[in-house]
Amino acid sequence: MGHQQHDVYFVPSKSYWPIVAAVSMFVTVFGAAHWLNAQPGQASFGEPLFWVGIAMILGMFFGWFRSVINESLSGSYNGQVDRSFRMGMMWFIFSEVMFFGAFFGALFYARLFAVPWLGGEGHGVLTHQFLWEGYNASWGASGGGGPQKIGGAFQTIPAWGLPLLNTLILLSSGVTITIAHHALKAGHRRTLLIGLGATVLLGCLFLWFQAHEYAEAYEHFNLTLGSGVYGATFFMLTGFHGMHVTLGTIMLAIIWVRCAKGHFSKDDHFGFEAVAWYWHFVDVVWLALFLFVYVL
Amino acid sequence: MAHAATHDHDHHGAPKGFFQRWVMSTNHKDIGTLYLIFSLTMFFIGGAFAMVIRAELFKPGMQLVQPYFFNEMTTMHALVMIFGAIMPSFVGLANWMIPLMVGAPDMALPRMNNLSFWIMPFAFILLLSTLFMPGGGPAGGWTMYPPLSLQGESIAYTIFAVHLMGISSIMGAINIIATILNMRAPGMDLLKMPVFVWSWLITAFLLIAVMPVLAGAVTMLLTDKYFHTNFFNAAGGGDPVLFQHIFWFFGHPEVYIMILPAFGIISEIIPTFARKPIFGYRAMVFAIASIAFLSFIVWAHHMFAVGLPMGAEIFFMYATMLIAVPTGVKVFNWVSTMWGGSMTFETPMLFSIAFVILFTIGGFSGLMLALAPADFQYHDTYFVVAHFHYVLVTGAAFSIMAAAYYWLPKWSGNMYSETWGKIHFWSSVISVNVLFFPQHFLGLAGMPRRIPDYNVAFANFNMISSIGGFWFGASQLIFLGVVIHCVFFSKKKAADRSWEGAKGLEWTVPSPAPFHTFDVPPVIHDDELAHGNTEH
Repeated sequence: MGHQQHDVYFVPSKSYWPIVAAVSMFVTVFGAAHWLNAQPGQASFGEPLFWVGIAMILGMFFGWFRSVINESLSGSYNGQVDRSFRMGMMWFIFSEVMFFGAFFGALFYARLFAVPWLGGEGHGVLTHQFLWEGYNASWGASGGGGPQKIGGAFQTIPAWGLPLLNTLILLSSGVTITIAHHALKAGHRRTLLIGLGATVLLGCLFLWFQAHEYAEAYEHFNLTLGSGVYGATFFMLTGFHGMHVTLGTIMLAIIWVRCAKGHFSKDDHFGFEAVAWYWHFVDVVWLALFLFVYVL
Repeated sequence: MAHAATHDHDHHGAPKGFFQRWVMSTNHKDIGTLYLIFSLTMFFIGGAFAMVIRAELFKPGMQLVQPYFFNEMTTMHALVMIFGAIMPSFVGLANWMIPLMVGAPDMALPRMNNLSFWIMPFAFILLLSTLFMPGGGPAGGWTMYPPLSLQGESIAYTIFAVHLMGISSIMGAINIIATILNMRAPGMDLLKMPVFVWSWLITAFLLIAVMPVLAGAVTMLLTDKYFHTNFFNAAGGGDPVLFQHIFWFFGHPEVYIMILPAFGIISEIIPTFARKPIFGYRAMVFAIASIAFLSFIVWAHHMFAVGLPMGAEIFFMYATMLIAVPTGVKVFNWVSTMWGGSMTFETPMLFSIAFVILFTIGGFSGLMLALAPADFQYHDTYFVVAHFHYVLVTGAAFSIMAAAYYWLPKWSGNMYSETWGKIHFWSSVISVNVLFFPQHFLGLAGMPRRIPDYNVAFANFNMISSIGGFWFGASQLIFLGVVIHCVFFSKKKAADRSWEGAKGLEWTVPSPAPFHTFDVPPVIHDDELAHGNTEH
């Protein structure tokens, strides 16, 4: 069925990818759970099982998306399918926002309530006096390790070094992807590929600096995942963000290949837009991170 | 795949092979059926756990099981019933009915729909397998409060199972929203949709908003246990109460995820058997939306006894009591719909009326619990157990049974046995009160929940409650029999409009509903809609 039949519904054919996906996810998490519970030094089938599951998930994504791209290129999808895909992506991003919301919530709670209460503020007077006497409850290097300084003394990453650079990198990547999008709509193929390619490179650059920052934190600042609640919120927030940037960069690279192959037209390029939305989303999350994790 | 797609779009009927039809499905009716069968299976597994609990509590003293196993049973009973029985059955009903109700050929994203379903059996294999592992299953309660829940190895499996269920729920909810917003037939305006569809639109929003928060909470548990983080460890600057905040920020909207679709179902059934349009359609829709909004600002009423600041206690107390207003609107509107109607009392209607009465009892005990100073007394007693079983069993579960009786003729093409349906109803409604009503008294007298042994002073009411429990459990076997009989053996064919007073698009298609419906968008006649003519 072609593009002209817009008011006839489209229902996709049956597919084995969903069951492959469900089995792959099961294998992955079953392996992961076994691996986590393995005694140190003891062989566990969990670890190989986990990697098998990951490989299955990657294969599943490749196969599922290939079939969807082929269907799209063969003109099977109409305007209604396009709108369903758009809604799906928008609500998926909203769910991601809420996922980060849980970790930001933990950060705010720890900073505004948990740590000050341990220091005797509000109704924490007696807790402080009898359990944690002498604890200097300030955020960051002095109090963020908690009353028992779990993880040992540490230093925090200064906001105006690498994090500022990374902010500028991500903001620029938001500009380059917008240039690419305008070029796509205007039919300027060369600008499109350069703009999108620049976005991919900026994403990689961000990740490289982020990895550098982590190495610095572990090696020189003694700031680790175990550095009290500060380390926990710092690494979980920036870590999940980094995972999303990694995913976004991979998606951008795939979209670059698809652009190079000429998959998108100026009216019909949902794949491009979905990835662009996702990229803007990781951008906005970073701004929140920069402000609340690094600056304040 | 590409060529298959273009040729497969011919809508000739169900695929022949079993694997092709049921495992590779993109058909909302088949996937809905899978969801319903899965949730019924889970209902019996979770019910078996409940039977173990009631058997142990039949008499004071340790009778049958070890305390740790008892705790595994309470934990697993809750997880299985909430995530395995109630939620998937509502998703199954949504799958079956929403496309039929809004005049769509299928769900908006049919393959993702199939994935949402197939994650669920694997998630529960993962969860239930822990019962057979050395060290046993999770036993720290379904709320997984640290530090208790972090003892033992099963927590990793539980957390990953919760992640899988969350992914499934989010994808299911995205699908439902896209279906409702994008797939409605021309003329099916938002404010002409059946209340069931409205209730699911709002429920789906709640699911997308809070399931990721639960995923975040359990991820923090995972890293606290295995990766040395200190989110919930006071010595490291964290706070175990933080988990409770994040968990209940998910948990309270979750409560409404399990009851809003029930409101929708009841709002479909009562007008049919009262032969009157629903009273106050718009008020019903706005009430659901208000309840959904309020559900985000009441979570700490689950934590009144944890040591919150006074300001928080007061805020959450009053915000919680506000929920009584839109809920009251709904109850009064159901009663007003029945008022002056020419009512008949087929099984779906009986379950619906029981829902209105018994859910309201659960609502009132909820209001009592909303009072922070009173909650100090009731907290973690059997009064709470009685409260949430009134809203979840005689609320959510009864609405699902009502829906099953109401739509079984449409699904199977056969009428169920009205006699056995009524026997099931009366047996259930009497036994469920024998089961749960005495638990109010136990709770007020101070019996704590999640305890395998108790003071002899509580012996009589516990024995009554256990008898009610076994009776209620056995009654559900009647339900199983009625469903199997209806689907496979019933000789009585159902009419397209299976109920005399039934309105709405789903009754305009044949019974059983053909494999593909509404290939071409149907024409909507306003007087055919369940809530009458909505022109104002």
